[in-house]
Amino acid sequence: MDLTLKIWRQKNRADKGGFKEYKIGGISADMSFLEMLDVLNEDLSEKGEDPVHFDHDCREGICGMCSLHINGKPHGPQQTTTCQLHMRSFKDGDTISIEPWRASAFPILKDLVVDRSAFDRIIQAGGYVSVNTGGVPDANEIPIPKVMADEAFDAATCIGCGACVAACKNASAMLFTSAKISQLAMLPQGQVERKDRAEKMVAQMDAEGFGACTNTGACSAECPKGISLTNIARMNREYFSAVVSSNNV
Amino acid sequence: MSWVTKTLNSTLGRKLVMALTGLFLILFLTGHVSGNLLLFKGDGGRAFNEYAKFMTTNPAILILSYLTYISILGHVVYSILLTSYNKKARPINYAVNRPETNSSWSSRNMGILGTIILVFLVVHLQGFWAKMHWGDIPYVTYDGQEYKDLYSVVVFAFRQEWLVALYVIAMGFLAFHLSHGFASAFQTLGLNHRKYSPAIEMIGKIYAIGVPIIFASMPVYLYFTSLK
Ligand code: HEM
Ligand code: SF4
Ligand code: FES
Repeated sequence: MDLTLKIWRQKNRADKGGFKEYKIGGISADMSFLEMLDVLNEDLSEKGEDPVHFDHDCREGICGMCSLHINGKPHGPQQTTTCQLHMRSFKDGDTISIEPWRASAFPILKDLVVDRSAFDRIIQAGGYVSVNTGGVPDANEIPIPKVMADEAFDAATCIGCGACVAACKNASAMLFTSAKISQLAMLPQGQVERKDRAEKMVAQMDAEGFGACTNTGACSAECPKGISLTNIARMNREYFSAVVSSNNV
Repeated sequence: MSWVTKTLNSTLGRKLVMALTGLFLILFLTGHVSGNLLLFKGDGGRAFNEYAKFMTTNPAILILSYLTYISILGHVVYSILLTSYNKKARPINYAVNRPETNSSWSSRNMGILGTIILVFLVVHLQGFWAKMHWGDIPYVTYDGQEYKDLYSVVVFAFRQEWLVALYVIAMGFLAFHLSHGFASAFQTLGLNHRKYSPAIEMIGKIYAIGVPIIFASMPVYLYFTSLK
């Protein structure tokens, strides 16, 4: 198929940036969206132009590295990662707009690449459990009810892609942060730092400049892993009960 | 900063204030709409005027009314804080954006809806509440006791088509605000449960449609009865 691409180009953080239009032909419906961009970049390289920079890594939908706001939606028209989006979702002759995630906490580094290290700092603030290193513990040493294990696992499937932030009108990171708080709050291993974790991760999330939650539900609707809003409610419970009962004055 | 101010300045703390004040205002609306049903009684306004006197003189009601003023103020101040904070988190908008595919219009426009409600509130309070408290108001006597005749003020006001229209339209906006706000407040408080949340959402929708309709029917009813 033949397509027109309107792509956000920006030299560096300081550059103002703007849209540039590209025509591209010979795209197969079986290609992934990123492969389509690879074709474009090969064209550009051959012409001696600067290729379009975008993030990607596994291309299997598991690492969370790919991003892109495609035709007005994070990761495009399907509820999946951009690497798992295929060109069969588009028609011959389509015009596709491609923008970077927009959030002051995710500054643009170049073109479509944004700096998502704010997520790493939220994790560093409390998204861990302290365990003694040593021999590998036996499986099932700590009994965990299956329903709890499943719910914690559902939260843990968050791949940290940032689509929730990209989709939210407030660029809020509540879905991400709540998933990371939840996955540990529900497990016995997570109890030691439970209160500290809720307070510190929320504080870091605020310090990074992510917005607040209006409960629009856009995050969950666009999340490639379908992380549920119940995690945000749980985070609120964890946080409110932590601030009233913890020893941090 | 103490832990209290730190919490109230956090995104979650600010939302907590929005949810608590919003829920209190919902409680207030419930009482307000129930009491005002007396306007339909067709007794020349006696029951309504007695109720109005009770509401402005009873000491227990006084505490509730101060809580209501604080809630309105807190809700408005925090909505400004939150909305401007949220705007800063996304200074540059998308050139192409399709939020209608992932969220409801009301949920994305709570600030606009709230501002319209606030404008309405100013008109509404100035017209009735301020009049009742400090304004020139005729008196009636029931069983030898004097009452401010708020009823006739209300009846007189709603002879004006534009005011009736304003009230009906404002209630439409209130309905949209509540259609998102009701359930949203529970989610903010962390009250989310697979057993109860569907019921909360259902009650929220019924409340958001029902209460504004009853409110709006009052000026409409009084307007049409004044034509006779
Ligand atoms: C009787 C009047 C009102 C009632 C019953 C009411 C109720 C509510 C409720 C229950 C919420 C949900 C809180 C949450 O998500 O946790 C809410 C949100 C909100 N209200 Fe109101 N409200 C009223 C008037 C106003 C006014 C006058 C304004 C502003 C000028 C306003 C602005 C907002 C805003 C901006 C939000 C969303 C806050 C956010 O981003 O999460 N509301 N309201
Ligand atoms: S919650 Fe979903 S959208 Fe947000 S970072 Fe995790 S996987 Fe991505
Ligand atoms: S590149 Fe890893 S999830 Fe898309």
